[in-house]
Amino acid sequence: MSSRREFIRISFIGAGVLAVAPGVLKATGVITDPVKAGDLKVDLKRIPTYCEVCFWKCAGWVYKTSEGNIWKIIGNDEDQHCNGRLCPRGTGGVGMYYDADRLKTPLIRTEERGMQVFREASWDEALNLVASKIKDISSKYGPESLALFTHGSGSAYYTNLFKALGTGNIAEPSYAQCRGPRDDAFFATFGEEAYSPEITDIRDTRCLVLIGSHIGENMHNNQVQEMSDAIDKGATIITVDPRFSTAAGKSKFWLPIKPATDIALLLAWIHEIIYNEYYDKKYVEKYCSGFDQLKTHVKDFTPEWAYGITTIKPDLIRKTAKEMGNASPAVIVHPGRHVTWYGDDTQRVRAIAILNALLGSWGRRGGLYRPAKFTVPIVPVPAYKEPVKTWQDIFPGKYPIASAPVTNLLIEASIPDNKPGFPVKGWFVNGTNLILTIPNQANTIKAIQNLDLLVVVDTMPMEITGWADVILPECTYLERYDALRASPHRRPSIALRMPAAEPLNNTKPGYWIARELAIKLGLGDYFPYEKLEDMLDWQLKKIGSSLEEMKRSGVKNFPRDADDLYFTEEEAVEFSTDSGKIELYSAFFEQSGFDPLPKYVPHEEPAEGFYRLIYGRAPMHTFSRTSNNPNLTDLMHENSVWINPRVAKAWGIKQDQYIWLKNQDNVVSDFPVKVRVTERIRWDSVYMVHGFGHAQKQMKRCFGKGASDTQLITKVLTDPIMGGTGMRGNFVTFITEKTGTEVAS
Amino acid sequence: MRYAMAVDTKKCVGCSDCVVACQTENSVPIGFCRDWVVETTDGTYPQLQTEIRSERCNHCVNAPCVRCCPTGASHYAEGGIVLVAHDKCIGCGACIASCPYDARYAHPKGYVDKCTFCEHRIKVGMSPACVAVCPTKCIYFGDLDDANSNVSVVLKKRKHKTLIPEAGTNPQLYFLI
Repeated sequence: MSSRREFIRISFIGAGVLAVAPGVLKATGVITDPVKAGDLKVDLKRIPTYCEVCFWKCAGWVYKTSEGNIWKIIGNDEDQHCNGRLCPRGTGGVGMYYDADRLKTPLIRTEERGMQVFREASWDEALNLVASKIKDISSKYGPESLALFTHGSGSAYYTNLFKALGTGNIAEPSYAQCRGPRDDAFFATFGEEAYSPEITDIRDTRCLVLIGSHIGENMHNNQVQEMSDAIDKGATIITVDPRFSTAAGKSKFWLPIKPATDIALLLAWIHEIIYNEYYDKKYVEKYCSGFDQLKTHVKDFTPEWAYGITTIKPDLIRKTAKEMGNASPAVIVHPGRHVTWYGDDTQRVRAIAILNALLGSWGRRGGLYRPAKFTVPIVPVPAYKEPVKTWQDIFPGKYPIASAPVTNLLIEASIPDNKPGFPVKGWFVNGTNLILTIPNQANTIKAIQNLDLLVVVDTMPMEITGWADVILPECTYLERYDALRASPHRRPSIALRMPAAEPLNNTKPGYWIARELAIKLGLGDYFPYEKLEDMLDWQLKKIGSSLEEMKRSGVKNFPRDADDLYFTEEEAVEFSTDSGKIELYSAFFEQSGFDPLPKYVPHEEPAEGFYRLIYGRAPMHTFSRTSNNPNLTDLMHENSVWINPRVAKAWGIKQDQYIWLKNQDNVVSDFPVKVRVTERIRWDSVYMVHGFGHAQKQMKRCFGKGASDTQLITKVLTDPIMGGTGMRGNFVTFITEKTGTEVAS
Repeated sequence: MRYAMAVDTKKCVGCSDCVVACQTENSVPIGFCRDWVVETTDGTYPQLQTEIRSERCNHCVNAPCVRCCPTGASHYAEGGIVLVAHDKCIGCGACIASCPYDARYAHPKGYVDKCTFCEHRIKVGMSPACVAVCPTKCIYFGDLDDANSNVSVVLKKRKHKTLIPEAGTNPQLYFLI
């Protein structure tokens, strides 16, 4: 085989002859039998699950038809994540199972008549190949040259396997491409992260402040529900967004901020709250350190100063600061979730954390509550070998505060030109489509060209599979057991996922794949249970429950150890920071060579004829992973680019016209994207939903539909503190006609 | 008994969960729907207002679809629900043309289909699938003849409107504004 990997998107050899279960053919056709009125059987078997369409992991019930087909998924009433109501993606999770374009059998890259193609393989052959390549890399370069990129429920098993192999290079894009800056900023301030699900006590808040968070377009389920409750109760919502988001439409105050200037607004708010004494004096005195330094720091950051930067009128800044003060401590300045924007994101979220501290919202009703997590008994396994080298040794000193492995560092370590401390030569990619997840696609592909092994585990033929040496097809969450869900929430809880159907085709659950591979690598001891359900039963019996009980309830909530959801009056609280206080002034940042207090630094602005590319979510999709789901593409099958009418007029661009986008580095979108002319976006920016513009033909429904924002994000503003990849520093212009290029089929 | 539905446009986020829940509950074929979301924006940046509505059959008291149906397939059921008896429907499409709300579609199996207020669920004491799933709890359903029902209470309390009232169909799908 030629050494350069080619992106394979023509066809899988022999894929057409694969048997498809009869039930599936019927279900994936256009017509399904309607359930006749009165047909509802109360004794229908319902099977507990928790959702895998996004990270919120809501618990639900799978209902089947009398013929045994998967019919619908309904939320579990006892679950705090969803309160019996799944979001559109969870409801449409059935489409993940029924998607005819799913990966069906293991595939191995091979060369035929000079062309790289995939050939079908047995699990045994595919896993033997992966195991032997892993052994080769490990003995040639050391186990640290193996990296795991992972997302979702399968992570636990592959993480176990990779730790057993002796590598600590286990990275989740949910850190450096998403939540990392937020969690590190909250760690630095409160000694604790903002958690997932976030600890926002929205249901009891009197004032909810959203900075770029678009609740309602993100369907972070119980937050959306609680925002609705807060609207009912008359809470004030303040939304800061250059776009009139859905949440902005529900807000008392919308601050149509100039993009990339959020820190200036936050500093002006801090100024107003301190100098007008809106802050919670008792709380600050008792729990916080560094107040005087903060007060001096923000002295000159007046609303008038911020107006010139943010375009938000001083009056509006004053009014909203007062509103927060009035609601204190029942106020939430939302920590956000996807916060990798401009490369100074940790500092921006620090300003958010400081605001919450001043308003006394951390640990208070209607602010940020104290989460409780159920500790599931851990199955004993042999001790892991301590990695000789870690991701921190790749470029010593880089991103000193990063609290988790940085995906982009591991990618850089796969490019020899970068002269890394050690090379990363083997990637094992589980449930994350790195091509559409990591900005600067050319760099990712360059790294891939230097690998000795790329293994991809997925349910769908995502772009990353096109670069794989071996593809391992997982079954969906509806066809498997997984580890108990034990996320933090108001009450400790656990949730069970069990199969509602047998795995389709030749697909396998994540646990089975990781265990089989471990056995082939001589690491079987790390997976003492052959069947995951036996392990679950062991764990559940240890805590006085059982698999049988959980099959009937799906969810089990436990009482909190103490009545400590909120701080009690006069409670002495020891925070997990160095000082034991909430650190308004971060000595930790200062020691590490970073600003102890957030500063506003201007960012690059678009050149004439260019517009800042802002991206976000649609409520019916999760990143790129749902874009081929038949139920969800039915709701939204392409993204559009939002353009302000004034801009559209200047360009002569019409509503619903298809155009191409070209960025500052002359990268043109592969596919044309539909124009949505709307007043809801500023004139200096355009907006699109992330996750579209798929270039992988095997995903028939979404191939070529819409444009990929990731493709246009070639400039990365990396956060020097923790390595987060800021992705909002890219600018696009419009191409209305394009010749000789592949257009959407 | 008079069934009605009210949608709170102040809470609806337009997520379309009502649409996909209806599709799975009622096995509506992919590509068709019995309910849908409409979003309108008024004003110019930055003085803007949006209204988001989850729409469906209005279960009109004076339903043109029932009046024009040549076979009697479209009919009023208990509580004023407008239904189509699939076995009587010849798929002529007169009802589709007569509906001011464009609430009906021709099912590939040859009959006309639309929202039933999930009659099969309300018969057994459940709420319609869209109501049960809505994450914002913005859809209220119940009996207008019962002054204490959810929908009666919320319509008493809140300002509301119906769509195309001038069509004279007396729609029973209300929007809280």
